[in-house]
Amino acid sequence: MSRFNADNLIVAESIIRRYPVAKSALIPLLHLAQEQDGYVADDAMAHIAELVGVTPAEVVGTCTFYEMFKRHPVGTYVVNICTNISCLVLGGEELLHHAEKSLGVRAGGTTDDGLFTLEDVECIAACTEAPCLQVNYRYRYRLTTDDFDELIDGLRTGRITDVPHHGVLARIRQQIADDRLAGVVAPELATEAPVWLAASDAGGAGS
Amino acid sequence: MTDAPTKPDAIDVTLNGVTFEAEPGELLIDACERNGVYIPRFCYHPRMTPVGMCRMCLVEVDTGRGAALQPSCMLTCTPGMTVQTESELTKKAQDGVLEFLLINHPLDCPVCDKGGECPLQDQTMSYGPGESRFVEQKRHFEKPIPVNENVYLDRERCILCDRCTRFASEVAGDPLIHFQDRGSNTQVNTFPDEPFASYFSGNTVQICPVGALTAKPYRFKARPWDLEEVISTYPNPMGDRISVQSSRDKVLRIQGVDSDATNWGWLTDRDRFSFEAIHHPERLTVPLVHGDDLGNADAAGDNLVAASWAVALQQAGAVITAALDKGGPDAVGVLGGARLSNEAQYAWAKLAKSVIGTDNVDAQLDDGLPAAMVASYPRRTLNDALAPGSAVVLMSEDPKEQFGTLYLRLRHALQKRDITLVELNPTASGLGRLTTVGLHPRPGETGVVARALVDAVAGALPTADVGGVSAAAISAAATAVHGRPVTVVCGRASLAESASPTIDAAAALRELPGAAFLFALRRGNSHGAIDMGLAPGLLPGRVGLGATPEGWAAAPTVTGLDARGMLEAAVDGDLSVLVLVGSDPLADFPDADLASRALTTCDTVIAVDLFANLSVASADIVFPAAGFAETAGTHTNFEGRVSPLTRKVTAPGVARPDWVIASDLAFELGADLGFDSVESVFDEIVTVAPSHAGLSFADVAADNDGALVRGPTALDFGAPEPTAVVPLDGYSLRLVTDHRLYDNATLVQHCPSMANLADVAQLSLHPLDADRLGAGAGSLVTVISAAGSIELPVRPDPAVPRGSGVIPLNRSGADPRELIDHRAVVTDIRVASS
Ligand code: SF4
Ligand code: FES
Ligand code: FES
Repeated sequence: MSRFNADNLIVAESIIRRYPVAKSALIPLLHLAQEQDGYVADDAMAHIAELVGVTPAEVVGTCTFYEMFKRHPVGTYVVNICTNISCLVLGGEELLHHAEKSLGVRAGGTTDDGLFTLEDVECIAACTEAPCLQVNYRYRYRLTTDDFDELIDGLRTGRITDVPHHGVLARIRQQIADDRLAGVVAPELATEAPVWLAASDAGGAGS
Repeated sequence: MTDAPTKPDAIDVTLNGVTFEAEPGELLIDACERNGVYIPRFCYHPRMTPVGMCRMCLVEVDTGRGAALQPSCMLTCTPGMTVQTESELTKKAQDGVLEFLLINHPLDCPVCDKGGECPLQDQTMSYGPGESRFVEQKRHFEKPIPVNENVYLDRERCILCDRCTRFASEVAGDPLIHFQDRGSNTQVNTFPDEPFASYFSGNTVQICPVGALTAKPYRFKARPWDLEEVISTYPNPMGDRISVQSSRDKVLRIQGVDSDATNWGWLTDRDRFSFEAIHHPERLTVPLVHGDDLGNADAAGDNLVAASWAVALQQAGAVITAALDKGGPDAVGVLGGARLSNEAQYAWAKLAKSVIGTDNVDAQLDDGLPAAMVASYPRRTLNDALAPGSAVVLMSEDPKEQFGTLYLRLRHALQKRDITLVELNPTASGLGRLTTVGLHPRPGETGVVARALVDAVAGALPTADVGGVSAAAISAAATAVHGRPVTVVCGRASLAESASPTIDAAAALRELPGAAFLFALRRGNSHGAIDMGLAPGLLPGRVGLGATPEGWAAAPTVTGLDARGMLEAAVDGDLSVLVLVGSDPLADFPDADLASRALTTCDTVIAVDLFANLSVASADIVFPAAGFAETAGTHTNFEGRVSPLTRKVTAPGVARPDWVIASDLAFELGADLGFDSVESVFDEIVTVAPSHAGLSFADVAADNDGALVRGPTALDFGAPEPTAVVPLDGYSLRLVTDHRLYDNATLVQHCPSMANLADVAQLSLHPLDADRLGAGAGSLVTVISAAGSIELPVRPDPAVPRGSGVIPLNRSGADPRELIDHRAVVTDIRVASS
């Protein structure tokens, strides 16, 4: 779809200001683009390239390195079902098969209504809670097939409200107070410790 | 002194049981190679930062902590290092790495262009497994994708060595190809619909260690074993070293050769692919003279018809003799010669100055700098100019557009060495953020800004803006060059202003402590032309008129006319024969109107050229010349470096080398230049030209870096009175013209791979100026000056300073020469939307 809209451009600029080197903002900006459109559009990458002063080829190089950045539209909810060892042993495969059957798509596919994209993923680091899944990277633990159906139904009917659409991550829009900005100075030019270090030394002793 | 004991800080490395001394900071892979042991490699390239991507260079190294496999391209030699390149462990690693690289590499060598010169193929034969154990599917990609007009990529062949991508970002500064995806899906690619638009893209084809990148002009044309190769020089101002490769008498490929002094193996795409013009069907193959409709020679006929050499030479001889009888030697002028080899230039200089007796000789077309200045100012080699701790003042056209390999060398030095660069040119160059300080004087005021810079270096900081440049910027520039030896890259940055501001600036900068010059004259062998005396007032060897050179019958004593003078004399009827030696004044002379009037008025125009360009088409007698790769000789680059041009293929038809044509013409005029071979010309140059004393043809050819011609010269170029500054009114912009890499030059237009890369002419303006004029990108405007008006689209460009307007020369759509007022120092323009 598109370049950053006016509101997101303001956010993008504030993100860039957090870094001494504009290029460092690349990944948060890719998340912002994904939040805006649900995926990372080519135009958005071209816009990011302009904003941080690199070529679009460099942006796409970074973007494609990470599985979490989708370069093509995906469902409103991306459901990642783990089938790695712990989950496999405790029913991950069965859960995936159930999901494929009930959603009517193969892993990797998106439902016709554009609501769900199903993915078969490797360990998502919640092995103690197997079998588990993520929906838009929000965890659901120890799922039975019934739990899965209920989750899907809740998302479909809008009963579940704590899962935003694909691309929304909590950390992108964080506000960083001026006094905690890490000093927008290139590391090689820095003469003193960053402000946040001083702040945590003062306030966080012993913690 | 007694024998020096082993230095305490010597870096002794033991390589396969033999100890040698490494240079400080030397990489193990280089040190081994220097000592006769070649370590196989794919990703390592001596002219780029090592990245350790491929692991092919693993060797067994012991630094005192036990033997281990280490990538020798990432390892700096340290004292006491022991290296085994032949051990079982090393061999096993090499075998394993190759097997690993071959997992996804297709075995399509029989249909791959790289077959026969492929490092992967060669190293697999030498170090790899004999058979594949891999039975699974290899990866597949769409075959081949164009990454730009001329470069194709077969992604499944790529071994991810990062050479092309590193070249693009680190060397060329065009990171438009990049690794995409990850793991076994990693591929090289561009951003969708954004091609690898780099002037240097062909270098990636040359350095790709497999057949993943291929160049359209060579694809499926030949195999290495079909090719014959000679080492030569590309006749550009840098004197880039090249290998010319041919098969069945056709040049099929040009590749860069690594000369430490010049191009480091790199080439621009224009030079690399320009071989296509050599065998173009439109090459001139026979002499042409006036003739009738039936093709018979007839002086009264309007057509140009084919003639024998005998007839054409006899006609030319008669015309020149008649002109001499009527108007004396001054009635003849020779214009051009920068395309020629040094030997051909010398022969033409001798013909003109000794046989004909005229000093009306100029290889520059009023678009360069005074020959006496170029010949007499102190110079410095490029390597010395870019030595750590130096400063460069860039006062020329954008090197990215016109001096490609100089641009790459500057980029390298600015990134990797402690050098500073001050731009003193009308618009920001392609070096962009690498430039230390950009001073962009208002056109016509380069001289005053240079003077202010020199004063500032001496401690007198400016207190107000000078020539459109802020006092702060001038002070910053002074700090940037202070205490460093300064090399001025000096050329004509814009033809919309006269040469005088540049001359003033050069004269001022010469006063900087340790200042030296590298003259950035555009045409191929302009420096050879000046050294060989193809300039008014000069004789071969950077000497002025006066004495008659040894072996010459005579020599002029009064300085003759330069290019402009000759054309004016032709218009006035004082010059009746104009000989164009590889020059096209109609296309290139800044004052197009004068050129066209001169060519029409002049009694006889004799042209020696490769193609029937505009000027040649209006000539009366035309001689076909043998061009690049068709004739041997030597070339002189902007440092004064002489290197060999090697003959590889036969010239088309009956075309002859330029020095032979000069000899033939001399013969018609009853004189013998005394040459029977290129070597014999060179030998005479060495005796006649003091600058070349002591050189030998064999020595020049033997050294990959050629041989340097040095002053000192007795010539003195007295700096003229500084040019007065013309104020700019608030409604006008000041015109700047420049040349771009791809334009309508005869050579480019005769290369099918490049002919359509030249964009149309546009007026580049600072975005704020464009806004002020209400002219958005692409909107059509009329540009008016005192001399004329043209219509063309606008291109907002932040690299252009406010108050200036840039129009490229020699592009389709509009010709800025129509705007230039040749009597004025600068050209002011008004822009109106049309
Ligand atoms: S295309 Fe060639 S040069 Fe580029 S990474 Fe692949 S193998 Fe290396
Ligand atoms: S195996 Fe499923 S989360 Fe680790
Ligand atoms: S050459 Fe050393 S890792 Fe590739």
